[in-house]
Amino acid sequence: MFAYYVDLAWRSLRRSRGLTILMVLAIGFGVAASMTTFAVFRAASGDPIPWKSGKLFVPQIDSAGPGNGNTDNEPPQQLTYPDAMALMRDHRAVHQSAMYRLGVSVVPDKAGAHPFNVDGHAVFAGFFPMLDVPFAYGSAWSHADDQHRAAVVVISSHLNDKLFGGGNSVGRSINIEGKNYRVVGVTDHWDPKPMFYDVVNTGGFTTQRDDVLIPLPSAIDANITNQGTTNCSRPSPEPGFVGLQHSTCVWIAYMAELDSTAQVSAYKRYLDNYARSQQQAGRYDWPPNNRLRSLPQWLDYMHVVPSDTKVSLLVALGLFVVCLVNTAGLLLAKLTRRSGEIGVRRAIGAPRRAIYAQFVIEAGMVGLTGGVLGMVLTALGVLAMRVVLPPEIADLARLNVGLFALTVLVAMAATVLAGLYPSFRAANVQPAWHLKSH
Amino acid sequence: MTVHPIIAALRRHKAGVILIGLQIALTLAIVCNAVFIIGQRISRVDRPTGINESNLFLVTQQYVGAPSSDTKAGADKLDTMELEDAAALRQLPSVAKVSVISSMPLLNSAWNGGMSTKPQAKSGFKMTTYYFGDQNMLSTLGAQLVAGRDFNAGDVQHAGFRTDAKRPVVIVTQSLAHKLFPNGSALGKTVYMDGSGSPSTIIGIVKRLQTPSTSDWASSFAYDSTLIPTRKDAFFSRYLVRAKPGQMKAAMAAAHDALFKVNPMRVIDDDMGIRSFASIRAEAYKQDVSMAILMGAVCIILLALTAAGIVGLTSFWVGQRTKQIGVRRALGARGIDILRYFQLENLFIAGMGVVVGLLLAIGVNQWLVQHFEMDRMPLGYLFVGVLVVLVLGQLAVFVPARRASRVPPVTATRSV
Repeated sequence: MFAYYVDLAWRSLRRSRGLTILMVLAIGFGVAASMTTFAVFRAASGDPIPWKSGKLFVPQIDSAGPGNGNTDNEPPQQLTYPDAMALMRDHRAVHQSAMYRLGVSVVPDKAGAHPFNVDGHAVFAGFFPMLDVPFAYGSAWSHADDQHRAAVVVISSHLNDKLFGGGNSVGRSINIEGKNYRVVGVTDHWDPKPMFYDVVNTGGFTTQRDDVLIPLPSAIDANITNQGTTNCSRPSPEPGFVGLQHSTCVWIAYMAELDSTAQVSAYKRYLDNYARSQQQAGRYDWPPNNRLRSLPQWLDYMHVVPSDTKVSLLVALGLFVVCLVNTAGLLLAKLTRRSGEIGVRRAIGAPRRAIYAQFVIEAGMVGLTGGVLGMVLTALGVLAMRVVLPPEIADLARLNVGLFALTVLVAMAATVLAGLYPSFRAANVQPAWHLKSH
Repeated sequence: MTVHPIIAALRRHKAGVILIGLQIALTLAIVCNAVFIIGQRISRVDRPTGINESNLFLVTQQYVGAPSSDTKAGADKLDTMELEDAAALRQLPSVAKVSVISSMPLLNSAWNGGMSTKPQAKSGFKMTTYYFGDQNMLSTLGAQLVAGRDFNAGDVQHAGFRTDAKRPVVIVTQSLAHKLFPNGSALGKTVYMDGSGSPSTIIGIVKRLQTPSTSDWASSFAYDSTLIPTRKDAFFSRYLVRAKPGQMKAAMAAAHDALFKVNPMRVIDDDMGIRSFASIRAEAYKQDVSMAILMGAVCIILLALTAAGIVGLTSFWVGQRTKQIGVRRALGARGIDILRYFQLENLFIAGMGVVVGLLLAIGVNQWLVQHFEMDRMPLGYLFVGVLVVLVLGQLAVFVPARRASRVPPVTATRSV
């Protein structure tokens, strides 16, 4: 029966070629436009570390005080250096790391080669196990290295290729800002987008890639200044980078891993106690006003997904709905036209179910063809996105089998959905009525 | 022609009418909002920076192994290096003007602060972006001074990047001047920055100078710039260069070599080190341009789709009513009457769709205003949208309607 319906559908589609082409084009373009924007949206709003994003938390401590330039009484988005160091010392989470963004110059060994800039972060040893950073060679540095302010560095595979031509470079040294650092580890193509561990300083989506990771105490020692955002509610009392470390300015990002809800509430209590102790010590003259957002909440709060991406997804959804309505209208026209034929089938004994099956298959065939067209157009659309979108976003929208399968599936489901009402109408045709001559 | 027969006929095609009406309504709602977004983006990209944008490029470089700018000696050394660089650039035959500057419009690297008319203010700041640099800032940018005077060599001082120096004289934009002193001229008045107690005198007013940041949060002070005649000494520096007309390429290439000749221990990034203002502009507005293109594509697809839907459904109706059309023709209706009938029918359906679409369009806009901090849509967009949709409907219906008008009267006599 299926083959027969397919044959019937094929004949019918060929009979009204114009209408069929119109439907296929409508479905194809509609699905392609929606899927293209969806691909970008999915890339931009995807969970950067799905296996543990719920366990990663960003603490915020109000170091500015009520009404100090922050809206809605939200505490600053970063920590002051003294607060961050206190949190590190107390070591209350499973893993934790204070961080700040670096931009440093690397001087190659080769004679005649110009120095070049790399981006990176100053972090603590806990950074690596907390974020499950994969290593191609070597490993993270130890807590002891943090304490001894060791001149060690973890470099990206990209920098490893550039400086050492790939290969195991653990134990070799590189010259950063005129000082030698020993390579202890090479990360394995690790470049998460959004750069979720420090969205304040990178905006999340950035073309920047962390090529060097240095122990934060060593970076402070070597006077490597921060390249990220600094926000001061009051001018810093002392000049320079050392002054910044003593100031109430916020410039340190922080992340902590908490594995259970008990740990989360304990950490919240800890933060409040800490803020209270600072209030008692006279550093802050306001009651504790802390936040402890999980990574997904934090990314949402920081508006990491560009609102343009969301708006385009909405517009694309709207376009898709119009496609559905359009297809429903055209299918309705097509099926109503064939009332006579349906009347004959019903009169010679076809049950309603058979009529349904016939037209759902016909709609499905239109959907399948539209879907295949949509697949091609989606591929073109995603490629076009790469041309027009800023590279940090466009790079994420990749073509893959899943996207293609989804395109065809969505097209078929949508067309069948659009064909339901017309099929219902067709199946309810009164045979006697249509058998009469007009 | 009376409308009655049209309505009577439409009532027999409820589902089709509703579907096509709904499609028109949705199309109107989406197209209005999409065109509004495009309009907003275009006006954003089109807004003037206030500078002369041709033949202008920016050099960003970083010294390797530079002394710390936190010490006086370090800052002095860095300042000497910056001056040497600027002098080397100035000597190039293809270069007209050079300025040491901290940032420039659309660069998205800004030093923001709050300005007040009172010393040690705690609130009531006007947000502004500071441009630090030498006496050549204004003339190299090509911004227009409307009152007072430009900086001279005597005004210029230098200080470490993180060191707060006094700022005895400043130049502000007209827009900032007006916010600070709404009743009267700001020229010669005293202002205080970032809640400090040290006074600064406004010695000049610039007609227009955009800030570096193109982000939404900075849009409230997009033209509120302050120029401060202080070279900020740091491990990195920026030089704004105006090339002689037609020698831009030569100047950009020569600048690179000239700087490495002065001092090879520096980094000039291959892509971001030496950039024409045109490329800085393109980068700043890439997101806006891509959004406008995307919305444009969606509009075109939507309108094409709706036109196709109208053609399809009307063709079907024409086919279904061939016999009736023949009867009307046999009874004396002219071809033009049949054409008018289908045109009027379409106008009627589109009219209903438009009413629903207008409500939808306003609703969608409201929702976007609430959730995405977008502006309210002016009614002009709705008006144009309605016009476009109605005209599109008429154009789309013309092809099948003309076919209908050519049905010969003899059809009435044939049985199907």
